[in-house]
Amino acid sequence: MIEGILIGLSTALTFQNIFMVMIGCFFGTIIGMLPGLGPMTAIALMIPITYGFDPATGLILMAGVYYGAVFGGSTSSILLNAPGVPGTVATSFDGYPMAQQGKAGKALAIAAWSSFAGGTLSAIYLLFMAPSLSKVSLSFRSPDYFALMILGLTAIAAFSSKGQFLKAMMMVVLGLMLASVGQDSLSDITRFTFNNMNLTDGISFVLVVMATFAMSEALTIILKRNDPTAAAKQVSLTELGSIKIDKEERGKMYKTIPRSSIIGFLIGVLPGAGATIASFLAYGMERNLVKDDEKEKFGKGSVNGLSAPETANNAACSGSFVPMLTLGIPGSGTTAVMLGALLGFGIQPGPRLYMTNPEIFWSVIMSMYIGMVVLLILNLPLIPYIARILAVPKNYLIPLILFFSITGIYVMSFNNFDIYLMIGIAVVATFLRLYDFPMPPLILAFVLGGLMEENLRRSLLLSNGSWEFLWDRTLTFCILTTTILIVVWHIYKTVFKKRS
Amino acid sequence: MNINTTKIISLLFFIFSAFYLYTAYQIQVFAFDENAPFNARTFPIYLGYTGLFFSGLKLILPDPDTIKVEHKNLEYKKTGILIIIAIIYGATILKIGYFLTTSLFLFTSYYFLGERRWVLMFLLSFPFVAAFMYLLHGVLDIYLRDPFLKSIGVMG
Repeated sequence: MIEGILIGLSTALTFQNIFMVMIGCFFGTIIGMLPGLGPMTAIALMIPITYGFDPATGLILMAGVYYGAVFGGSTSSILLNAPGVPGTVATSFDGYPMAQQGKAGKALAIAAWSSFAGGTLSAIYLLFMAPSLSKVSLSFRSPDYFALMILGLTAIAAFSSKGQFLKAMMMVVLGLMLASVGQDSLSDITRFTFNNMNLTDGISFVLVVMATFAMSEALTIILKRNDPTAAAKQVSLTELGSIKIDKEERGKMYKTIPRSSIIGFLIGVLPGAGATIASFLAYGMERNLVKDDEKEKFGKGSVNGLSAPETANNAACSGSFVPMLTLGIPGSGTTAVMLGALLGFGIQPGPRLYMTNPEIFWSVIMSMYIGMVVLLILNLPLIPYIARILAVPKNYLIPLILFFSITGIYVMSFNNFDIYLMIGIAVVATFLRLYDFPMPPLILAFVLGGLMEENLRRSLLLSNGSWEFLWDRTLTFCILTTTILIVVWHIYKTVFKKRS
Repeated sequence: MNINTTKIISLLFFIFSAFYLYTAYQIQVFAFDENAPFNARTFPIYLGYTGLFFSGLKLILPDPDTIKVEHKNLEYKKTGILIIIAIIYGATILKIGYFLTTSLFLFTSYYFLGERRWVLMFLLSFPFVAAFMYLLHGVLDIYLRDPFLKSIGVMG
């Protein structure tokens, strides 16, 4: 492992890669501060830029963007009570009251230090857990992978907002259907192409991500007359005050950070769960664990109440890399985008990644730590200035997002058809967004579609067409039972809620 | 059962799944693969049935959190114009070239979204695209086809 860490460090600490982490954190912070535009959009917009880099640098850039976007989301949560990303909603519970008391700088500093500590601790957990899990996952067979993918897709649907399970499952199916377009990987038979040569190779992953996130978010902003830059304009005018944290506040943070980082990391590892659930759980747990007098301060500017969700959401970000790097199965929409980008580089993440491409595996883990340092040293003092950059009118922001999306597709295929297809998918996605159909399950399903079919194919061929493989192995059976319980529970809840 | 837009979307998805399933059954597989435990149409067929199952459930089960969208408050005109500009951009980018079409796309988009600061509009279109093109083509070595710049001798 030491050798791996050194490989990772030597890759991550090159001038180019440090520069990429800085660029990624900076750009991610900018996007994360805009309510409505989250880490997935930020990463999607970065994909065309990464074409020119080697895979390690590309992934390092995207990891930097991810952390930056989460940090940027915290800033608008604290200063404006307008969370840029769902994972920072819990941050606003105590961060915003603190800012209203004239302690905006202090609240940002607590958030930044908690994020740093949460990210650092979880990077350490990841450092030790990922190789062990990779070794364990080498014993996984095709039926286990197939079951695990179904669980991942069901879980992401289940963790979507309240009452959206069936909608999310429909999006999962739609994502799998889109992934099935093109040549069958084994027989080369074309499917759902309707004799259109442009569809023979299937629909590009970048196209689907750009259409369902970047482009449809831009169209939704115009359609709903939102102005995400309004928040940034306000931030640029906010008096931050001192960013110093006193001894008593530090004492509170020392207790909160370790426990919140553990819960955040573990939640992040679970497929489908992520920063949002981690931050809410950490907030709730912290409220139960503190003394009664501190409990009273929750919701009114508590240091523990701010530190806990911030630690947990950053820890969850690192945690979500575990299933992607070790199993090749992304646990969240954001890591699904990263997985898609890696596949684009010709790299298949999975248990063998850290043996076949140790420089990628370890440099990503190391760059997470570097990203945390960058966020703390550079981004915290620069918040008011970043906000000023952001205070551009949406009249410029929206065309620029569309421009990046279309350019991303253009440089990939030099094909008009792909641009039309992207616009078509974006229009449908915009309409579906209006009615709260979630997009992350679609992306996750699209990425996993090919792998899922491959594992089902192997399982069925090995069992000679019998479905016994679903219960032959205890692991497969347990995973599938969990999946069925999730589905039944959500359907039951839908029926019961109406009757009650 | 209340008929709302979510139900209509579910109905459309149900019809789409049925069509997908029908098309899945039409996939031509090799003769020797016809009765194999798994062939090119197996997975799509399961997907089609899964789509019918979930959209059917959404149709028949009660909808506890009905989403109501105020269509009067939505900006359909600007969104439509932006989509049309994007389609025109897509249609001309290969023939005319990246630089000119992208710059014009940005400039017209700013205009239709209500911007009237001409100098800023210009700076954030033509010079911005030129700088971005240099980054992609010159620095990152990503090839960009541009017949227009080639015709005036700027690009080789």
